[in-house]
Amino acid sequence: MSTATLATPVATAAEEPAATSPPVPENCKTVGRVTADGALLIARGVNVFYGEKQAITEVSIDIARNQVLAMIGPSGCGKSTFLRCLNRMNDTIEGARVTGSIVLEGQDIYDKHQDVVQLRARVGMVFQKPNPFPKSIYENVAYGPRIHGLAADRVELDEIVHTSLQRAGLWDEVKDRLTSPGTSLSGGQQQRLCIARTIAVNPEVILMDEPCSALDPIATARIEDLIDELRESYAIAIVTHSMQQAARVSQRTAYFHLGDLIEVGETDRIFTNPRHKLTEDYITGRFG
Amino acid sequence: MNRSIAETRARVERSLKRRRWAERRFQAYGLGAVLLGVGFVAIMFSSLISQGWSAFRQAYVTLEVFYDPEIIDPDGTRKPEDLAIADYAALIRNSLKAKFPGVEGRAATKQLAGLVSGSAAQELQRRVVATPSLIGQKQTLVVLTSDTVDQLLKGRIDRTLEEENRTISDQQIRWADQWVRDGQLSLRFNQRFFTNGDSREPEQAGVWGAIVGSIYTLGVTLLLSFPIGIAAAIYLEEFARRNRWTDLIEVNINNLAAVPSIVFGLLGLAMFLNFFGMPRSAPLVGGLVLTLLTLPTIIIASRAALKAVPPSIREAALGMGASRIQTVMHHVLPMAMPGMLTGTIIGMARALGETAPLLMIGMVAFIVDVPKGLTDPATVLPVQVFLWAGSPERAFLERTSAAILVLLAFLVLMNATAVVLRNRFERRW
Repeated sequence: MSTATLATPVATAAEEPAATSPPVPENCKTVGRVTADGALLIARGVNVFYGEKQAITEVSIDIARNQVLAMIGPSGCGKSTFLRCLNRMNDTIEGARVTGSIVLEGQDIYDKHQDVVQLRARVGMVFQKPNPFPKSIYENVAYGPRIHGLAADRVELDEIVHTSLQRAGLWDEVKDRLTSPGTSLSGGQQQRLCIARTIAVNPEVILMDEPCSALDPIATARIEDLIDELRESYAIAIVTHSMQQAARVSQRTAYFHLGDLIEVGETDRIFTNPRHKLTEDYITGRFG
Repeated sequence: MNRSIAETRARVERSLKRRRWAERRFQAYGLGAVLLGVGFVAIMFSSLISQGWSAFRQAYVTLEVFYDPEIIDPDGTRKPEDLAIADYAALIRNSLKAKFPGVEGRAATKQLAGLVSGSAAQELQRRVVATPSLIGQKQTLVVLTSDTVDQLLKGRIDRTLEEENRTISDQQIRWADQWVRDGQLSLRFNQRFFTNGDSREPEQAGVWGAIVGSIYTLGVTLLLSFPIGIAAAIYLEEFARRNRWTDLIEVNINNLAAVPSIVFGLLGLAMFLNFFGMPRSAPLVGGLVLTLLTLPTIIIASRAALKAVPPSIREAALGMGASRIQTVMHHVLPMAMPGMLTGTIIGMARALGETAPLLMIGMVAFIVDVPKGLTDPATVLPVQVFLWAGSPERAFLERTSAAILVLLAFLVLMNATAVVLRNRFERRW
């Protein structure tokens, strides 16, 4: 892999500020800088087909540590499709085909030797609709650590559950009812439970697919605060319908349109000074 | 077209009347259908119970028997072999002759002996072999009457008929009436019906053999069809890729569910008996045939149950890094289990009531012994009903209805167990 050869030999992978993104393909028409400092997950020339239909075309972008990347765009623009490529959730859709390369720390995640289970332990995902398991709150959070063998004993597992719920800002609300069903919580609490469940396996990247679209404004605000806190530890990519949300939580924004990645840039810059006509039309509300 | 408000309201009013009437009419149809169904069920049960209830009680007669040493053991050896082959029917005949003196001649003696069940002599033999010291003593015994006396006592024989149109002669009726007057004849709980296997003598015939046969057969069916059916459903629904082959398999499974059951019997005959050389009339083979019969039902219901599990649960598990098999085992299967159990209940209920395919593999044979294993010859409850329904003796008529009642009780018991199990799984979080 090119990242591996370009990395400085002394630095270990964890601290390595991967300022060494592989070159962007020639045919990339995206406006703005698609590379980022501290890139962890690097997509180059990604195409997704559903059967004959091409859903996204030649997408190249970096997802960096300690940063939130927001993906915006009108419905059907391919932002969710792209997000689902990043942890190979598209594998479950029959007829879906992905070309191009997506590299996680020097490792092509679409390599045939890549273990999907291992990948998804490193790249967690939060879905649009809160989908806790029909089990207790405790079991919801403990499930990931259990299947990945992260806890040696019950004490350690309790600790992981405690920390994860605390970091997801849910501990105080549920500490007295860890055994009650996860589905008995309110929508916003359920979504925070899903986030707790995701961070319990200590991933490196968290993907969020419109995590607040089913929530009321107060629950949304809580999740947004949470995303901001989680940024300290993880690389986060969030798909959102709401431009205000993108502006509030993200540092970088990518605008998708009809399967093309039109423009990428610092969030402030995108919202104040879009360079592409389509981006400008979208953020000024001319369509979408 | 401009209509005034009043005009519009008048029209709505009129259409409203029509709609209300249509709604009431539809409700009446529905209620009528339900009442019709309930009515037929009530008729069925009242007929079964009125016909079959009497089979749970059986006529017994109290006899005084003299264990005559001259008949049992004329040589005085007291050897168990000699005691076993003695003419115990003669003891019964002598006892009856003592009660009704003046019976002479072969024909009259035969008529007299016909009052008591053939099992009475066996009962005497059993007692003597167990305690030889009885020989030479007198004992008062309660023995089964013949089925004709039983039917007479239950009022199922029309005394006004001509003698030649009855299964019981005028003379036998007089004797039986004498017994009644002397208080020797009584109806008691028919224990043998629940502990005996089949018999040519109606008064000795029981359903236990068929119950045990049904338990073995359905046990084999459940043990095979439940895991195989669920595994097939999981594979087809969760793992198999959609292509021409899986389409073909799906079409075939759906068609198999509609194949007449006797065809499965022919298949079982050709495959299990003729090709694999398995034993005839065995619950093992019956279970295999019924497995083939129930599998499509279970697979179809299980696939529907799997389809009904929300995809978001699968996504959640996969997104957590669970493998596909973990996703299925930890999350999808527990949620689909109630639906799968419902399918299994339906399949097993159908298997319990199935007669035709079992006829083809020899489970229709006349089998007296209660089966002791999966390869012993056996019959099952519905086949027992079928056999008795074809028997000429009047006493088998009530036994047919009683066996149906036992079959229905078996079904209710089985389904109740399954429903309790299902409700346990259904405990939603």
